Amino acid sequence: MRAIRLGLRMLMRQWRSGELGVLLLALTVAVGALGGVGLLVDRIERGLRAQATEVLGADLRLQSPQPLSADYAVAALQQGMRVSRITSMLSVVLYGDVTQLANLHAVADGYPLRGTVRVTDAPYGAPRDVRGIPAPGELWADSRLTVALGAQVGDLLSVGSAQLRITRILVSRPDQGTGFSELAPSLLMNDADLAATELLQPGSRASRAVLFGGNESQVAQFALWIAANKQPAERLRDLREASPEVANAATRATRFLLLASLASVLLGAVAVAMTARRYVQRHLDVVALLKTLGASRRFAFIFSLAQLLLIAALAIVLGSLMAWLAQAWLLQLLQPLLAVQLPSPALRPLLPGVAAAVLLLCGFALPPVLQLARVPAIRILRRDMDAPAAAMTLAYGPAVLAIVAMILQVTRDWALAGWFTLGLAGSVLLLAAAAWLLVRSVGRLRGGVGVAWRYGIANLARRRGSSVVQVIAFGLGLTALLLLAVIRGDLIESWRASLPASAPNFFFVNIPADKRDGFVQQLKTDGAEPSRLWPMVRGRLLAINEQPVQGRSFPTPRGDGFARREQNLSWSAQLGEGNRVIAGRWFEPADAGKPLVSVAVDFQEALGLKLGDQLRFDIAGETFDVTVASVREVKWDSLQPNFFLVFAPGLLDATAGTWMTSARYPPAQAAKISALVRAYPSVSVFDMQDLFDQLRAMIDKAVLAVQGVFLFTLLAGLTVLLAAVQSSRDERRYESAVLRTLGARSATILQGVLVEFGALGLVSGLLAASIATAGGWLVSSNLLDVPYRPDLRLWLGGVGGAVLLACLMGWSSTRRVIREPPLGVLRDP
Amino acid sequence: MALVGASGAGKSTLLALLAGLDLPTSGQVWIDGTEITALDEDARAQLRAERVGFVFQAFHLLPALTALENVMLPLELAGHGDARAVALAMLQRVGLGERAGHYPRQLSGGEQQRVALARATVTRPPVLFADEPTGNLDTVTGEAICQLLFELNAETGTTLVLVTHDTQLAARCQRVLTLHAGRLD
Repeated sequence: MRAIRLGLRMLMRQWRSGELGVLLLALTVAVGALGGVGLLVDRIERGLRAQATEVLGADLRLQSPQPLSADYAVAALQQGMRVSRITSMLSVVLYGDVTQLANLHAVADGYPLRGTVRVTDAPYGAPRDVRGIPAPGELWADSRLTVALGAQVGDLLSVGSAQLRITRILVSRPDQGTGFSELAPSLLMNDADLAATELLQPGSRASRAVLFGGNESQVAQFALWIAANKQPAERLRDLREASPEVANAATRATRFLLLASLASVLLGAVAVAMTARRYVQRHLDVVALLKTLGASRRFAFIFSLAQLLLIAALAIVLGSLMAWLAQAWLLQLLQPLLAVQLPSPALRPLLPGVAAAVLLLCGFALPPVLQLARVPAIRILRRDMDAPAAAMTLAYGPAVLAIVAMILQVTRDWALAGWFTLGLAGSVLLLAAAAWLLVRSVGRLRGGVGVAWRYGIANLARRRGSSVVQVIAFGLGLTALLLLAVIRGDLIESWRASLPASAPNFFFVNIPADKRDGFVQQLKTDGAEPSRLWPMVRGRLLAINEQPVQGRSFPTPRGDGFARREQNLSWSAQLGEGNRVIAGRWFEPADAGKPLVSVAVDFQEALGLKLGDQLRFDIAGETFDVTVASVREVKWDSLQPNFFLVFAPGLLDATAGTWMTSARYPPAQAAKISALVRAYPSVSVFDMQDLFDQLRAMIDKAVLAVQGVFLFTLLAGLTVLLAAVQSSRDERRYESAVLRTLGARSATILQGVLVEFGALGLVSGLLAASIATAGGWLVSSNLLDVPYRPDLRLWLGGVGGAVLLACLMGWSSTRRVIREPPLGVLRDP
Repeated sequence: MALVGASGAGKSTLLALLAGLDLPTSGQVWIDGTEITALDEDARAQLRAERVGFVFQAFHLLPALTALENVMLPLELAGHGDARAVALAMLQRVGLGERAGHYPRQLSGGEQQRVALARATVTRPPVLFADEPTGNLDTVTGEAICQLLFELNAETGTTLVLVTHDTQLAARCQRVLTLHAGRLD
């Protein structure tokens, strides 16, 4: 207790010395970075789950071609859950004597339970979110339907036996699905009008779904209940079925955020290690005196520990506060794109930050403090007596363990943690070896240079251990910063590149072969440059290696889907943009007309296919047996037309295929699009502008969030610099006093310091740039899955910045001490 | 008792051995009836807390603590109940009652050494070791500190072991031992 009291009392008065402030800052930034990113990732993950449910329009969706029992809804309501329903069917809609086949979606109150419906006031107009559903007697038709019918908002349409008025133009529903599964235009109407249409007769083809919404535990329980009680033909869909491509960008962002927070923690570790060294140096005399006055080793240990623990406690409080504020700010940026109300942040994600503070202290500060307690009392009389050197395992073991534990905790991924640790260890070794070479080789230069240079070089060589440590610390800090800068650039670049302003905003499907040339001509006349044209035909997979797929079950729901549903097939001699063959080979001219197919890796994995497998397809009533010739990796987020299955050219030429293409229309061309739809009524036009605008806004926000997290890393990097400056201040203070007593000018001393630090910076910078280049390539291609482009700026900025920063560091650590009168320094070293 | 000798004669080493700050490679050291060479480090520290006081050439005050807190330190280490009052009385005895709240850097060299004297004697140890107590002070201040040292020595009935270069100062002790190249004459 006495030791704690004394420790705390002295702590309060030691701020002046500086190293405690740096220690506090280092720990606070580490706690803040980990906690902030933890909170953010936690909420983004929950947000993503919510976004995934939007694809269902609900948390759970029970679908059936048959009418569904009312019991499900009753049971859900009893559990306090929300319920709605949707009935979809194909039917002909009339406006006057114009007819058009349309997808009818009749929805009940509450629809959608997740996500939003977007509407506009005129065909191809500016979309906006809307709450609620069409009132009874009304309907919302989409632009294609309205234009195809030649109708306008306010007109009455005949839907079966009912007359419904168009009150809005439908732009999108959350559960409309991705891809072009709905080729016919669609309309949204009220469930209450369904009976009046008399369209639902026994045997009529309709798809019915009950939607359920609730909190996580309700949904989980109810899903189990339904799974046990549903009819075989009824299909329960939950968020696990959400399309994996949606989460792609978010997963990458999450990984980046984790890496960034880990870098902050590593930088924090470097700073803590450096400040702990100085703390021990400054406390050697204090502990020796305490021991002379009768303090036991235990007292000396508790005395030092109490100080560190108080700093840790303070760092945890401040860091958590910082984390909270940071995530609140970052989330404010992200909120609009999550499009759901997030539950308030949990306290749990803050725990890694707290654990980091404790781990950093235990790993990096505790061993030197234990060492401190072993300082012999005799040091009070003989200054050269230090604490006995600890065994390597005690000195470095805890630090290594702490770092590995933290990497594991943050990444929650053994492979990633392993790579990170290996990279880290390799970087430390490389930096240490280079620093050792530096101090060895500069000694030889001493003869032929001026006094300032000789002083600087002598310093490097004399403080051999300290020079090596500084190169490692500074180099590691720089590497982390440069590496993050590289990855951040690549990540942002690839996001932006995936959605360039010139991306096509309209997709055209079902272009009849005989109208193809005229259609393309019309696009060109309208000022819209069409992209590549793809032939397309619908087909169904019948068998794999003579085994019928009907009735077979596949490992994933996706596999079942591929086996059950009709697929869009295409054929081409050219590999699609953003496609990469990862197994087998792409079609050669000699393959024309051969029964070969190239499958996307998604398709191959979902069905467990391998090269050489025989697939049987039913294409427009004709059976085709083809061999899997290659597997392609497809960038689904490239916004280019892409196909799971591409056949060899020539094979399907005779099938009744149609064509598809995409084009970029200049904005505000609603009239031209309407005219195009009227001129080619059989072509299905998909307006992607709204979706892309939303995506673009999302990317911009995500970029901001990534920059925000990067700020943490920068802050941590600055802390390392501060720690480095602090670590040699006392020694420099004394040296400069001696030199000035001997008649050295301030400028000479400064020059010497600049030479010393400049050399350290040069070596650190060169190595950091090399390691960051190698690391950037590894991380980009293996972890983040974005293409890596080498950048000269990394070298110029890295090396130049390192030299500049190091000199700045040396200057600031010397600037003040050379102003102090030498006598005071010499008397009270 | 004064311990004199030229630089490098081994005065400080002997002092360190006597106080149990270091251990001899052979032989025994006894303090106040206890063989300290048989004790472990913590037991020797305990013994110092109870029975030994120290005054150093470089004062060795803790810069983060006030004069009063520096004097309180040995009392607290020995588990004394009323450390503050006893330390304040001791500071008043050395003439620094008014400066109890000052930090070492706010005190002159002489004042710092007076605080160190107060700290060394506040527990009334049977043995007081002084290592060149006037070495960092000018003649007048040094004289005043010596005066105070001998006064306190008389008041507390302590055995004073004084290491010094100063033959005049040594002459004021009851016994003078001279070290030559590690050997007592």
